[in-house]
Amino acid sequence: MKSSLTKFKESYFLYSFKNDKVAMASFIALVIFIMIAITAPWIAPMDPYDANNIDIMNSEIPPSWNEEGEKDFPLGTDNMGRDMLSTMIYGLRTSIMIGLGAVTLQAMIGILVGLSAGYLGGKTDAILMRLADIQFSFPCLLLAILIGAIFQIVFGIGRYEELAVPLLILIIGFAEWPMYARTIRASVIRERDKEYVEAAKVIGLSKPVIMIRHVLPNSLTSLMVISTIQVANAVMSEAALSFLGLGMPVTTPSLGSLIRSGFDYIFSGSWWITVFPGILLILFVLAINLLGDWLRDVLNPKLYKG
Amino acid sequence: MSTPILTIDNIVKHFDITGGFLDQIKFKHGKFQLEKTTVKAVNNVSLSINKGETLSVVGESGCGKSTLARVVMGLYPPNSGQILYDGKRIDHLSHKEMLPFRKKMQMIFQDPYASLNPRKTVQRTLEEPLRFHHPEMSSKEINNKILEIMEQVGVDTAWTKRFPHEFSGGQRQRISIARGLILDPELVVADEPVSALDVSIQAQILNLLMEAGQKRGLTYLFITHDLSVVQHISTRVAVMYLGTLCEVADSKILFENPRHPYTRALLSAIPKVGETSAKHIKLKGEVPTPINLPPGCVFHDRCVNANERCRTDVPVFTTLEDGTQIACHAVEENREIA
Amino acid sequence: MSHLLDIHNLEVKFALRTGDIIAIDNVNLTLDKGEKLGLVGESGAGKSVTGFSIINLISKPGFISKGKITFDGDEISSYSDEEMRKIRGNKISMIFQDPMMTLNPVFTIGTQMIETLLAHKNISKAEATTIALDKLKKVQIPSPETRLDQYPHELSGGMRQRIIIAIALLTDPQIIIADEPTTALDVTIQAEIMDLLQELCKTDNMSLILITHDLAVVSQVTEKIAVMYAGKIIEYGLTNEVLINPQHPYTKGLINSIPGTIEPGGKLYQIPGMMPTLSKIPSGCAFNPRCTEKKEICETAIPEPKITDAGTMVACHMI
Repeated sequence: MKSSLTKFKESYFLYSFKNDKVAMASFIALVIFIMIAITAPWIAPMDPYDANNIDIMNSEIPPSWNEEGEKDFPLGTDNMGRDMLSTMIYGLRTSIMIGLGAVTLQAMIGILVGLSAGYLGGKTDAILMRLADIQFSFPCLLLAILIGAIFQIVFGIGRYEELAVPLLILIIGFAEWPMYARTIRASVIRERDKEYVEAAKVIGLSKPVIMIRHVLPNSLTSLMVISTIQVANAVMSEAALSFLGLGMPVTTPSLGSLIRSGFDYIFSGSWWITVFPGILLILFVLAINLLGDWLRDVLNPKLYKG
Repeated sequence: MSTPILTIDNIVKHFDITGGFLDQIKFKHGKFQLEKTTVKAVNNVSLSINKGETLSVVGESGCGKSTLARVVMGLYPPNSGQILYDGKRIDHLSHKEMLPFRKKMQMIFQDPYASLNPRKTVQRTLEEPLRFHHPEMSSKEINNKILEIMEQVGVDTAWTKRFPHEFSGGQRQRISIARGLILDPELVVADEPVSALDVSIQAQILNLLMEAGQKRGLTYLFITHDLSVVQHISTRVAVMYLGTLCEVADSKILFENPRHPYTRALLSAIPKVGETSAKHIKLKGEVPTPINLPPGCVFHDRCVNANERCRTDVPVFTTLEDGTQIACHAVEENREIA
Repeated sequence: MSHLLDIHNLEVKFALRTGDIIAIDNVNLTLDKGEKLGLVGESGAGKSVTGFSIINLISKPGFISKGKITFDGDEISSYSDEEMRKIRGNKISMIFQDPMMTLNPVFTIGTQMIETLLAHKNISKAEATTIALDKLKKVQIPSPETRLDQYPHELSGGMRQRIIIAIALLTDPQIIIADEPTTALDVTIQAEIMDLLQELCKTDNMSLILITHDLAVVSQVTEKIAVMYAGKIIEYGLTNEVLINPQHPYTKGLINSIPGTIEPGGKLYQIPGMMPTLSKIPSGCAFNPRCTEKKEICETAIPEPKITDAGTMVACHMI
């Protein structure tokens, strides 16, 4: 498909991307972050999950440029004696995994609910959207405590560590699906009354076929925009939950739980345990949000005539 | 008189625009009551379309002509009344029972920019109805059929892989017509098919529709507000005002001798090229909202010929000597019409 | 230089990322006091851009690249934004297709009319109200007093367009530019609005530039007509003359393709093809690929405008 490649090269999408330095920079940053996360086991200096590598004598070593720093630990070590750099790389991996997983779950529930509510309308719409409202009125935190408690009763505290990632995906996924449902519903309603949908009805196609083959593909543009922002939000939620001790355990830390574990030591002078993962989190979330902003501007149909 | 291919019998279509349950609660006369607001889009419309003719429904925006077209196509269920196709009632059929009729009745839409799915290529837009209604057809047969229809409507057959946004408005309308014709329908409902197009393109599309109609022996239900288009293409014309039919007549008779006061005003308002002095029949006031229909004849408060009877009695459709059907007390009573 | 408005060699360009494209190419038009001019063409012909360029309201990235526009002896094409504001909406008013584009939905009709007046004239609020009421009466709006307190959404489309005309009239302009003023309206209302515009031009000795795609409307309202194609004026003359005795093949085709000019049911005349996009205007005469009377020269040389015996300007090699 050479023609679609050349079409892409000439498109407004690529043109505006090339002319937006912020978008370019955040895209490159994002690619680097994701590469780091994927290749973590190979590029990290040590495996922070392996207890054999951890020596408690190495705890709270400042970054290497500091007087007391050591060459082996470029960004210092945490309170358990793990290499900060490695732990952060693994933490980023965990955070991204939870973020993407949660957003996938959100999108699946949200698309199903939003598409049905928007297209079918009437009572279906009223019931599904009130459900979304109720869901939205629950704070994420409350949900986390609730589901966390149920999990611990069912599976026992001992298995919490291995189940933490799917658990967090479930919690954040359930907490934020109404965002998707609302966005999808709004664009489905916009598409629903267009003549091409009527044309499909006139052909005699059934409702599910029209919904999935005709309405949904045309409602996906708005989805792309909120997906970027939702990934950032999910990563932030995960960090917040972990910071409060409701998320990832310290043994397999995410960025959030790293920040938390360092927080106890910040006043004793070990600022690096909190600050480095904090900066990484900010950069990651910022890159996603900036890219999301650009995407929103480009995909805005009002501006897209260019 | 041949048997009508389509009979519209006393169709009523009202839209509830109240919204949710909470919006319906009104406080009146010291107590709460539930109240619904309905738009009375189509009221007791009866029409029949004969095989091979082009019947145009004309009227100004909001008169219910597009709603009528959609009721005929089964896109909106009517509140009451019947739609008969070849003598068989079709308005209450289930999705499955309706399928054989779907093949026979197709629709062409107004806006060539909205009527094609922007994410489907021409090929996929055109093959969808075929694959759905003729699962027995092979891919090769389908492709041949698509090429054949594209040639007929005058779209370059090399462009099957293109998306709608790569075409101009006129070409999109051709593709939309191709989709309407690909199932070889008998009846085509065309909802303002040329009003979004430029004059020179409009002529091309009208020629195409007339040609296809003659070749395939199509019956058209043509919805439009453009009276010069109506005069050009129709065999019969139905004039609608505020959801009600005023006059149904042979096109020639109607344009030579409009009888209903509204038809007269409408025809006098058409500007013509090369005509400098205009004598428009002025109507009083404005079109009332279809939410609160006036009692009696819906046109009475704008009609200069209206009397007491028009304000209270709803005029009934009567057939005149030349076959014109009309709903007007003034014509019936032979009143002098201004 | 006795014309009220004189557009001389106007050229408008749009700066796009793929390079500049010419939207208006060497347009010459004049308008006298009390004259009504129709500017017709299909979408993309440049008729609206021409209208906008008179009051320097071309939206970005368009700009006037050549030529000058003289109004009442002053060259307004070189005016600054500040100076232009005194002309725009004051001496030259504009009416748009969609009334809701001009009316602000959150203010009453009265507020909007009075504000417009106060912006242009040094008068008191009471005086402004009197003028506003006077203009509403002039556009034949029933019960004008109550209209002042109404919001735009409370009025019908036809009524809104009357309000727009009343607002355009507030400052007693010398020229009204009406861009497709009745396209969104029904025929019966269109007829009323057109009658009104004609009457106003007569009583106030106002000039009108009517931009439309509808030849029939132009035929009823205007004295002169300019037909545009791909950014150029291809035929310009007295309306009666041009419409009854068109010279340019495009004008001929346009008139013949209107249903109602031939016997019902017959095949309509159709101009083959479609208008080129501005970035791909053919060499020579822009109309040559669609023209049935085309000769070799049409593909190479741009036709010079010629004046016929009837005084019509035509840009075609065949004349």
